[in-house]
Amino acid sequence: MPTTREIKRRIVTVKNITQVTRALEAVAASNVRKSQNAALASRPYAQHAYEVLVNLAAQERGVPQHPLLEVRDPVETIGMMVIAGDRGLAGAYNTNIIRRALRFVEHYGRPVRWITVGRRGGDLIRRWIAQMQDSETAEPFLKQQEIVAEFSHLPADLDSPDVKPIVRVLFDEFMTVPVDEVFIAYTHFINTMTQQPRVLPLLPLRPFEAKSRTIAELVEPDPEVEMRGRTYQYEPDALAILNEVIPAFIELQILQAIRESLSSEHSARMVAMRNASESADALSEALQVEFNKARQLAITSEILDIIGGVEALSQKNKT
Amino acid sequence: MPIEVQVVSRARELYSTENADMVIIPGSEGEMGVLPGHTPVLTTLAFGELRIIEGEDIIGFVVYGGVVDVRPSKVVVLADDAESVAEIDLDEVEAARQRAQQLMAESPTEDQRWQIAQELRRAEIAARIQRRRIPSGARIRSLDDEA
Repeated sequence: MPTTREIKRRIVTVKNITQVTRALEAVAASNVRKSQNAALASRPYAQHAYEVLVNLAAQERGVPQHPLLEVRDPVETIGMMVIAGDRGLAGAYNTNIIRRALRFVEHYGRPVRWITVGRRGGDLIRRWIAQMQDSETAEPFLKQQEIVAEFSHLPADLDSPDVKPIVRVLFDEFMTVPVDEVFIAYTHFINTMTQQPRVLPLLPLRPFEAKSRTIAELVEPDPEVEMRGRTYQYEPDALAILNEVIPAFIELQILQAIRESLSSEHSARMVAMRNASESADALSEALQVEFNKARQLAITSEILDIIGGVEALSQKNKT
Repeated sequence: MPIEVQVVSRARELYSTENADMVIIPGSEGEMGVLPGHTPVLTTLAFGELRIIEGEDIIGFVVYGGVVDVRPSKVVVLADDAESVAEIDLDEVEAARQRAQQLMAESPTEDQRWQIAQELRRAEIAARIQRRRIPSGARIRSLDDEA
């Protein structure tokens, strides 16, 4: 049986931990709100940009060729942008998204040039690549994996300038041809309890396919096609319009995916920390009970000692 | 017949109305006045002032590039960045201009260069608008008034 002093010390430790987890929970909660608000604000632009693209596509003259729309065949190498967190203490958030991305890559069977967002994500991917290099049974494409760029420490109220460097790397990768397709692995935010890791195609942009999935319900699936059968005038020309709308639309998709992921990360952390606080509370309660028992035991044995002594003395006096 | 107008930037929705009488757009090929029933045009935006005339009000925005989708009864302004003229604080703009010039002196990176150019153009436009600002709510004179 541990002494009361030992138990007391453990209770203090547990209480300190509770303070930390409570604080982390509060910070995470405020970050969830921030990233959620930002995510909603850019939806109108995305919706209208998508409408412009679809209306353009409905034109009889068709859509002029744009490099970011170019579908390549065969697809030899792909780019994979994976969004994870900078830190742990977020339950299974980091492992879930990395596992989802790796499953996709193994299934797709192509060499990958990785772009990682979040320190944890970069670390996990790097470890996996090293593992594949050492493995003797891995298929050849699994040995041709490479991280081309790593980003970290994005702010919770992420804005367009924060993602510019990421967007530039992605466009460079795609336009200067090392990769033929780009995918994005991010965590879709459903609510604070539920988040879903997803992999979606990002480039080439295919805005005109009937069932093109765009990130995170960024846009309504069926925009109004008012201009079918009517003719637009372009100023200065259609390509200039596409040059404006397409990169902006892709940038918004990336921005949105990162925002969704940030919301998910902060929610996951919030829930993990709440659970930790609750277990700590339960533990501290159990320890308190143990402390009381130990205290009582000590008192009882002390009393027994005294009684025993008194008893012994009175026995002695009688004789 | 009024025109429906929506002004959005990448960061947020700025303005939306269904009762505009005329929209003056700073297109990349020149300023463009849009009245109801305009022929459909897609045009890129320059840096400049966008004005929406709604009854007796003129609502002004400064837009920094983007695209406009003009349809007969609807105008959608998709600005890269935009702000309302009423929101512009001249002191703040002047401070930003000085910051930009200072940065320019210390060999900036490409990203910074872009931002500097943005600040400088913004200062220029703001100053221009300020010089000939029409008080909001002012009556727009028509030809009849002249007579």
